[in-house]
Amino acid sequence: MTAGSLAYTYAVARNADALRQTVEGLIGVGGAPVHLVHTTQGGDVVAAVSHVPEEDFDEAALSRHLEDLEWLEALARAHHRVIEAIAACTTVLPLRLATVYLDDNRVRTVLDDRRDVFLGRLRRLAGHVEWGVKLYVDAPPIAPTPSPDLSPGRAYLRRRRAEQDSRQDAFRAAERAAERIEAVARVYAVDRVRHRLQEGELAVGPGVNVSNDAYLVPLDQADPFRADILRSTDSLAGVRVDITGPWAPYSFATLQEEGAP
Amino acid sequence: MTTTGPLPARPEAAAVPQRQVALIDLLDRLLSGGVVLTGDLVLSIADIDLVRVSLRALIVSVSEQNPAPQVLSAPSRRRQP
Repeated sequence: MTAGSLAYTYAVARNADALRQTVEGLIGVGGAPVHLVHTTQGGDVVAAVSHVPEEDFDEAALSRHLEDLEWLEALARAHHRVIEAIAACTTVLPLRLATVYLDDNRVRTVLDDRRDVFLGRLRRLAGHVEWGVKLYVDAPPIAPTPSPDLSPGRAYLRRRRAEQDSRQDAFRAAERAAERIEAVARVYAVDRVRHRLQEGELAVGPGVNVSNDAYLVPLDQADPFRADILRSTDSLAGVRVDITGPWAPYSFATLQEEGAP
Repeated sequence: MTTTGPLPARPEAAAVPQRQVALIDLLDRLLSGGVVLTGDLVLSIADIDLVRVSLRALIVSVSEQNPAPQVLSAPSRRRQP
C-alpha cells in the first residue's frame, strides 16, 4: 500500500479460476491496476480493488469531483469496465460508485464480516443478467393547418383538439406497450427495479421517457426476453421502446440488511 | 474513451465490440444501484448524498448553475417485486 492512497472497491464477486486471469492486466480508476482482496480464510468471496490517490478521494475532494460531469463520467466508465470484465467470468455484486476504504485490510474485514450475506446475494444473482427497458412517447406532431374557411378562434380550437387527441393516442399506446412489457416480464423476469425517468441534457431521446425499468432475467432467457420486448410496440403509433444491456446486475445488487439509500 | 467488455450471452457482442453505453443509463445504475456498504470502515461514501449528485448530473442542465427546486423533490427510485 502506497502512502497517500486509498482502496477503491468495485465489487464483491464469487471467486473463480478465470477471475485471477481476468484481473491480471485489468486497469481501473485513474489507470491503476486492479487486484483481488481475499477473505482471511481465502476461498469463495473476493473483492476487486485498485488504489486511488487520497487527494482525489477523501471526503471533501470526492464531493467536489462528483459535481464535475467529466470527472464523474471518467470514474463511471472506469468502474463499469472493471464490473463488465468480472461479470464475463463470474457472478458479480457491483458496489455503489466511489466506495473507498483506507486500505486492503479494511476491505478484507468487510469481506470477513459479511461473507455469508455476500454469498447469499451472489447465489441469487448467479446466472442472471439485467436488461434496461425504456418507453418513450413521441413529441406530438404539428397538427395540420385547419381549413382557411374557419374563423381564427375555431381554427385555434380545432388545432388544439387535434394536438390533444394525438397526445392522448400516444399515451394510450404507451399504456398498451407497458401492459405488453409487463406480460413479457411475467414470463421471463424474476425481479424489477424502477429507475427515475430520464430527462435533462444527458437524456438523448427522441421523445419523452415515460418508463425506465430494469429487469433481472435468467441468462438462458435473455435472448427471448429481448426479442419479445422489442416487439412490445408493434403496431402502436407514437411510442418507442429502447432496451439496453445485458448489464451486470447493478440494479439488483442490494443486501437484505442495507437501509434505503 | 472506454468500451465495454463482454458479458455472457450478449447477442451483439461479436457484431458490435465497440459498443459504448450511454452515460445516463450507466449513472442510473451506478448512482442508485450497487451495494451500499455503510459503517465506519467506509471512508467517504456514507457522507455523500449520491442521489443529489445524480439529480444534478442527470436532470439539471449541466450548464445551469442553479438546481431547479421541483427537480430536487423528484422521487429517486421506486422498487417493486
